[in-house]
Amino acid sequence: MKQTTGTLVVKLVVLAIAAVLLFAPFLFQNVRSVEVAARICIFIVLVASYDLLIGYTGIVSFAHTMFFGFGAYGAAIFLKDMGPGWWPVALGAVGGVVVSLIMATAIGLLSLRVKAIFFAMITLAAASVVLVLVSQLSQLTGGEDGITYKAPDLFKPATKLLVDGNGKVVKLFGVSLNGKVAAYYFVYLSCLVLFLLMLRFVRSPLGTVLEAIRENEARAEAIGYRVVAYRTFIFCLSATIASLVGTVYAVWLKYTGPDTSLSFDIMIDILLMVVIGGMGTMWGAVIGAVLLVLAQYYLRDLMGAASEALSGVPVLPELLAADRWLFWLGIIFILLVYFFPKGIAGTAMQAGARR
Amino acid sequence: MTLLSLKNVKTNIGQYAVLHDVSFDVAEGGVFVLLGRNGAGKTTTLRSIMHLWRPSPGSITFRGQDITGMHTSDIARMGVAYVPENMGIFGTLTVDENLVLATANGKIDQTRLKWVHSLFPALEKFREKQAWSLSGGQKQMLSVARAIIEPRQLILIDEPTKGLAPSIVDAMAEAFRDIAKDSTILLVEQNFRFAKSLGRDMAVIDDGRVVHAGSMADFAADQGLQDRLLGLSM
Repeated sequence: MKQTTGTLVVKLVVLAIAAVLLFAPFLFQNVRSVEVAARICIFIVLVASYDLLIGYTGIVSFAHTMFFGFGAYGAAIFLKDMGPGWWPVALGAVGGVVVSLIMATAIGLLSLRVKAIFFAMITLAAASVVLVLVSQLSQLTGGEDGITYKAPDLFKPATKLLVDGNGKVVKLFGVSLNGKVAAYYFVYLSCLVLFLLMLRFVRSPLGTVLEAIRENEARAEAIGYRVVAYRTFIFCLSATIASLVGTVYAVWLKYTGPDTSLSFDIMIDILLMVVIGGMGTMWGAVIGAVLLVLAQYYLRDLMGAASEALSGVPVLPELLAADRWLFWLGIIFILLVYFFPKGIAGTAMQAGARR
Repeated sequence: MTLLSLKNVKTNIGQYAVLHDVSFDVAEGGVFVLLGRNGAGKTTTLRSIMHLWRPSPGSITFRGQDITGMHTSDIARMGVAYVPENMGIFGTLTVDENLVLATANGKIDQTRLKWVHSLFPALEKFREKQAWSLSGGQKQMLSVARAIIEPRQLILIDEPTKGLAPSIVDAMAEAFRDIAKDSTILLVEQNFRFAKSLGRDMAVIDDGRVVHAGSMADFAADQGLQDRLLGLSM
């Protein structure tokens, strides 16, 4: 998409989000807020990697959390077996990527020739099988309980990143520079690098080929591009990035279970984020992830406060009761899809592009 | 020398037999025109050559090599370009990106680009514009430009003048004459005046069969044959 006023606004908003996330541990000095910021970072990359599939190539997959889970379980299994350290993290990341690549190549080559709906069904089946297997292979995966482990020593809350003359941890803007801050920046920087890599990729000639395939498969074939090969490649790339960010999330959480990495709820969240943000833009992933994660964490609190504030008014307090947050989230989603059919970023970036 | 040869090509689309028996040879160089009424099977013939529809049975050879079962992208890489009838451009990409997409290594030869721009000056003016924002004629120019941005031995062009203003049709004819100096063009066209001005050889398809093949000069001179095969006097 070319430069329009809308594109500039979207890029500025994304830049502002990146700046807020960069200083999150200092801006929001409570555990929950930093947790939310880290989750936003993770989901930006996860959703952007899914956008490579659905937005840039038109592939609908329900197996994205499967690849996310491979990376998370890879790190979890090695950290549990080998103890805290960087080697288990590296081995887990490599292991997750290798398994993801094998699965993505097999699914891609066998089923990317078929119609989109059949491919979606095949990925759904594969993800379901993996979910059942993880539950059944409890010796390895911890089953439904998942795996709890320790992160590398650098990320222990007791770790002092900087000490003063008295041996006490240095505080910056009132925040102790300890292992928790290091863990957050590990997440932030990993996600930033992965996001920038994806951004570079979609700006490359290969990204242009993918756009061409999305627009008209037969036309792309007729000028010499083997569509199945390109689709399989992008499916593998997307799976690799999902797996790597799964590893990062596992290191941050120090727990990996089906609910945190493999569940279909996460898959639905990814779909919602990519639709709300805007497909095929990359920037949409940032906006979608921020909005949905914030809604998931704070809409309930916000509605509770609004309900209390309106306690004297008839009907409204009941309508805005905190327990009804999912209902309102649904309404907001419907309104967003109605008013921003191409997602927030997609619609904004198109504004001004028409002659 | 024969560049492309179709022998007894039959193509079904779903349960419908569209091509029943198509055979003709295209000699190297110049413009070969495929004429016929609407629905006669001209577009299906081009799509069958590109393997966008699967011909079965029958054989298609290009430079003496059987390409009947080959993948579309492999046929394209052998030096066959295809310009579909519905202005086959990629609307979300810019004019330049559309052209780069058709190169083998992602780089455009600047001398060739200058030549393409000399044929279609509008494409130079709107290099950075997204292709969807071009006019119908400019889109058609881009579609042809993409086919010639690298040297091709055979260019299949499907009804390039459909819906275009007469001035653009004339410009297109000039461009095709220039292109045909280095490449062979297999042109599907309903505008007989346009086809007549370009074609060296021709064939007429009717109801999925080749019913006449020969030189364009002879066909253009025989009004009775035109009336009988094309159904109207042009």
